[in-house]
Amino acid sequence: MTSSDDLPPGDAAPAEKRANVALFVTCLVDLFRPSIGFATVKLLEEAGLRVSVPQGQTCCGQPAYNSGDRKNAMAIAKQTITALEPFDYVVAPSGSCAAMISAHYPDLMRADIQWSKRARAVAMKTFEITQFLVDVLKVEKVDARFEEDVVYHDSCSGLRELKIKSQPRKLLSSVDGLHFKELMDEEGCCGFGGTFCVKYSDVSNKIVDRKTQAIEASGAETLIAGDLGCLMNMAGKLSRAGSSVRVRHVAEVLAGMTDGPAIGEPQPDE
Amino acid sequence: MDATAKSFKDQAKDGLENATLQDALGKLGFGFPLLRQMAADGLPEFDALRDQGRDIKNHVLEHLDYYLERFEEQVTGHGGQVHWCPTDGDARDAILKICQEARAKTVTKGKSMVTEEIAINAHLEAHGIKAIETDLGEYIIQLRNEPPSHIVGPAIHLNKEQIAGTFRSHHKELDPDRSLEEVPALVREAREVLRQKYIDADVGITGANFLVAETGSSIIVTNEGNGDLSQSLPRIHIVVASIEKVVPTLEDACTFLRLLARSATGQEFSAYTTFSTGPKRPDDPDGPEQYHVILLDNGRSDLLGTEFQDVLRCIRCGACMNHCPVYTSVGGHAYGSVYPGPIGSVLTPALAGIDQSHHLPNASTFCGKCEEVCPMRIPLPKMMRYWRERAFDQGQDPVAARWALAFWATAARWPALYHFGANVMTRLLHFMGKREGHLVRLPFAGGWTRHRDFPTPERATFQSQWRKRL
Ligand code: SF4
Repeated sequence: MTSSDDLPPGDAAPAEKRANVALFVTCLVDLFRPSIGFATVKLLEEAGLRVSVPQGQTCCGQPAYNSGDRKNAMAIAKQTITALEPFDYVVAPSGSCAAMISAHYPDLMRADIQWSKRARAVAMKTFEITQFLVDVLKVEKVDARFEEDVVYHDSCSGLRELKIKSQPRKLLSSVDGLHFKELMDEEGCCGFGGTFCVKYSDVSNKIVDRKTQAIEASGAETLIAGDLGCLMNMAGKLSRAGSSVRVRHVAEVLAGMTDGPAIGEPQPDE
Repeated sequence: MDATAKSFKDQAKDGLENATLQDALGKLGFGFPLLRQMAADGLPEFDALRDQGRDIKNHVLEHLDYYLERFEEQVTGHGGQVHWCPTDGDARDAILKICQEARAKTVTKGKSMVTEEIAINAHLEAHGIKAIETDLGEYIIQLRNEPPSHIVGPAIHLNKEQIAGTFRSHHKELDPDRSLEEVPALVREAREVLRQKYIDADVGITGANFLVAETGSSIIVTNEGNGDLSQSLPRIHIVVASIEKVVPTLEDACTFLRLLARSATGQEFSAYTTFSTGPKRPDDPDGPEQYHVILLDNGRSDLLGTEFQDVLRCIRCGACMNHCPVYTSVGGHAYGSVYPGPIGSVLTPALAGIDQSHHLPNASTFCGKCEEVCPMRIPLPKMMRYWRERAFDQGQDPVAARWALAFWATAARWPALYHFGANVMTRLLHFMGKREGHLVRLPFAGGWTRHRDFPTPERATFQSQWRKRL
């Protein structure tokens, strides 16, 4: 195991095999859809990495950060940094949470020299899952099957803060049987916005309505995206509108873990 | 400044329920982004120009006093006069004084957001001076007694039937059976009505897109040419501009002009770009006898040196609102302020106070599209977050939301406790909704379930399942 100090930054050479990776599971995946977490673990283990799930993690702190509660956001960030810094890499199945750690922690901690140094060190080794597979591990294809017509929605944080655009598409196009449909305004916001969707419920509804109509019009059977918040928002709207479009996280599809119910589908007893 | 930004939610609801507005917003949100994209794609150096524009503005903001003084020197040298106005009240007084000294009865106006900001029309009206808007959009909303809903297209919320109706009820002297079905007919009618007003006006008021320190010129950009008539036909020309409009040289101004129309409407250049420098010289064939520049601060200099300084780079192109999922859902009137959309959500709290406007920076998904398209690369979401921090520190947000946040944050800071509690909640929700796959109603989550189902969680949290796997 390499120590975190002498790691190459971000998208340098292929990572050393058996590097130690921390899964930052994200609070939403932890609470609502653990199978995304397990799919991420599977993808990382198949790539030859050792995966740990630090117990000191809860949430990245975005709800506090985006509500203007800097004090709590900093406290949660410190706890998260401490939990994640012993690892070679940190990987999250979410562009939004990965961006919180890699793009916002350094800014959040900028007033404290010690903490801002630690925040930057963790930021440099934190990635969203498809970004990590493609940019760091140089993975070209996955071994999975999914015979459906799909559309991919670019979640805002991943797209604009981490520049995640080609990575998920590259990997998904290697999935057997998967066929892309065109989604109008695929980069348009879905209206989730964290607490925005409950604080400004009517406005959020209008935005997600526009989105789900475009999804319906695409003729896709399944909607795929990389952030559970956006997925739950769109799945909830599709379900309320009586749509038959299914909704899945990109990691589930890439890991070939699509036998279980999609997001919002009935869950039979085991 | 209007304080109704406080009731953003109610106004947003009105906007969401207004079918005509929704129709207009649908077209705007589709058309403008497409046109802008085509214009940007057609100019290989577009992004490099954006960097250049940002750098020039940053430089100016670091040396604002210097460039404003240079500008004043030049204006004075050309025989014009600069009026320094710290507040909106000072600007109103200065303008009124000029008008009264000229014994003005009517004033024609080119489109200017700053004059909306200082509410000059009502002030002049109260002193017996009639101000007539000459930009088609501004003219329409003036007749209807409505505020603008977009900084570039102030009447963007109206359709042509509504405008025809407004014209019929105000232009009583015209043939009642005339046809006003097509847009050109509306434009022609407005032109005809306005023509005489230009000639009658004693004073012309315009805004300025840029003030050039090097030459003392003011620049306006329009598509109708109305601004040119407003500033060259009356005896007196008053330019009303805020202090951050100054740029060092004519060449710098051209950098911004190349960005402005492309970002605003997708045009390479607006139909009219007019430079005016001082009053009429002895050998000029036309032009005003007096040339005044009202330099308005109104809270802007307070932003210098703060985390909000970058917002002063704005060139008012409107791209941020054209691309904003919130603006294109609720329309401009929801914001209750002269400046709607993302730029308004950052600027209004600075002008009106965060206590009057805390909803504005909060009502954003932080999708980041505004920053992506802003020609001046203003980090609008980041600044909205800074306002949220100020609003939070002042306790502006609702008590229930604060308690929920405090409860959650406390839990999140005790991982062991958090993991235990999370698992209890997840199991409960799973049990409640596993058969359907989603919950139609959920206590404390009405904001979610009013419009969407809530997907049922899987049987236990990831953390608890993972611990078993180990
Ligand atoms: S903030 Fe940027 S995009 Fe918005 S009006 Fe100003 S310059 Fe244009």
